[in-house]
Amino acid sequence: MQTADNKTAWQRLLEKGGATRWSLIILAVVVLAAVFGPMLLPASFSEVSADQFAAPSQAHPFGTDIHGQDMLYRVLTGARVSLAVGIAGALIAFFIGTAYGLVSGYAGGRTDGVMMRLVEILYAVPRLIILLIAINAFDSRMKTWLAAAGTPGLVSYSRIVILILSLGLIEWLTMARIVRGQVLALKGQQFVLAARSLGQSHWKILTRHLLPNLVGLVIVYLTLTVPAVILDESFLSFLGLGIQAPQASWGSLLADGAQAINPVKSYWWLLAFPAAAMSLTLLALNFLGDALRDVLDPRSGPE
Amino acid sequence: MFAFALRRFASMLFVLFSVVSITFFLMRSAPGGPFDRERELLPPARHALEVRFHYDGTAWEQYTAYLGRLLHGDLGPSTRYRNRTVNELLAQTLPVSAALGAAAFCIATVGGVALGGWAATRRGKAGETGAMFAALLAISIPTFVTGPLLILIFALWLGWLPVGGLGSPASLLLPALTLAGPYVAYISRLTRTSMLEVLGQDFIRTARAKGLAEWRVVSQHAAKVALLPVVSFLGPLAANLLTGSIVIETIFNIPGAGGFFVNSIQNRDGFLLEGVVVVYCALLVVLNLLVDIAYPWLDRRIKAYG
Repeated sequence: MQTADNKTAWQRLLEKGGATRWSLIILAVVVLAAVFGPMLLPASFSEVSADQFAAPSQAHPFGTDIHGQDMLYRVLTGARVSLAVGIAGALIAFFIGTAYGLVSGYAGGRTDGVMMRLVEILYAVPRLIILLIAINAFDSRMKTWLAAAGTPGLVSYSRIVILILSLGLIEWLTMARIVRGQVLALKGQQFVLAARSLGQSHWKILTRHLLPNLVGLVIVYLTLTVPAVILDESFLSFLGLGIQAPQASWGSLLADGAQAINPVKSYWWLLAFPAAAMSLTLLALNFLGDALRDVLDPRSGPE
Repeated sequence: MFAFALRRFASMLFVLFSVVSITFFLMRSAPGGPFDRERELLPPARHALEVRFHYDGTAWEQYTAYLGRLLHGDLGPSTRYRNRTVNELLAQTLPVSAALGAAAFCIATVGGVALGGWAATRRGKAGETGAMFAALLAISIPTFVTGPLLILIFALWLGWLPVGGLGSPASLLLPALTLAGPYVAYISRLTRTSMLEVLGQDFIRTARAKGLAEWRVVSQHAAKVALLPVVSFLGPLAANLLTGSIVIETIFNIPGAGGFFVNSIQNRDGFLLEGVVVVYCALLVVLNLLVDIAYPWLDRRIKAYG
């Protein structure tokens, strides 16, 4: 997708100025820290120690929690889980939503009507309920299945997998609507008519002609779905239904930290550091999504 | 007009019916039942419980019986709160949630529109950047963090407002603010984008050319068109807010209905869950219908009843 001034979308994105560049830098730092950080920290940081509720110091820059575990280590491993859940969940939503929207918009007519009616119905079910029922229904089954499959080491990850699947399964609705709308607009255009009159198959028209024209739009909403999924996971963790100890996500750290706020003895570092990490990341992702929308989304007007 | 209203009404009932059915069968297909936590039950005792709480027969029989009761306005018994019906439980808790939700709704719409409109008129200035940054920040921090922080600042340090519970109107202020926060942000972003688009159009140039004051151009001419996307968001927003939020109600210790959405699933309290879903969904479809009816009245360019 090139514009008249022949700049690539990437160049125009970088030209958008300080906030966008800062967002990219923050995201790069967070991802690198999440992937490599926990390996670089001393091994003792990951262990439970008698040194509980220590305030931030040289030894523990982010302080320690109730089990004497180092908060820096927990925030970084929490970043791994939160980012993994956010990205994987958003990718699932992206695949389902794009495929659904493509088919619905391209098929049109009665099929489109039925498919969009289904989306409307799913919108009307409170999202929390679908999530909770999915978690309740599949968590124990997944655990027994993993244990039976001879991979007991993976059992502790089953909750994360369930969370990713169920969050992906509820976040695709908006993506489907947006893609469908765009397909409806595109399929009346001449290049699609041309492809059809040349006798190309529906599959080829969908994948070769329509999909490439949707890439920009879809990337924008993918970027905006990642923070939405991370936020959803944090709410589930607050309700005690998300990531479970000993594993942690930003959401579960925040949920623990929020309970440690009281006027008598406030362990502020339990809340402040995870909150800062998570809101900075979400802020950067949302910023980037907005900037990408200005650059890539054909429907957003010129600046 | 009449045909339009009739068709809209039919589709509304269809959505409501589908959602009730989906929830019913999802809930019944989840593993575990409402009586699993009882100490070992002899089959006759178990059967008596099932009959008393309408859990006897096949899932299909239960479903049809439930629909029949639903048509008479009977939401069924609660298996968790055994002496109460779902109707009683909701009658007690929903008004609390609705009061809180209504306050949050007012804050979200008024605050969001004002902030977004103001930001649009400050295009490119520090005010716009600041307002939009604040909005993005409010979307990026979960309410279970902002809630305790607001309590800490306004209730504990400054002592201006109560910590939680439900008493005076003042006790509603903090939870309503916390609940409304992300929606203020969302609406202000929506308002700003659409206001900027409208302010570039010809009829605005005309209004300015005939010498109207800028605030009148924005508040009277532009707002009428620019607020349409906001209006279509109000239906889902109100349905969400009025039925309560478990997070806010937990933090501020408010006896509302929001908790039922989560607790009823964990307790396998089927009829209570279906009850809150019925209320939520009915509210949603009715509000969406109201928005659809209001839309052409607000925007004369749209021919609605086609």
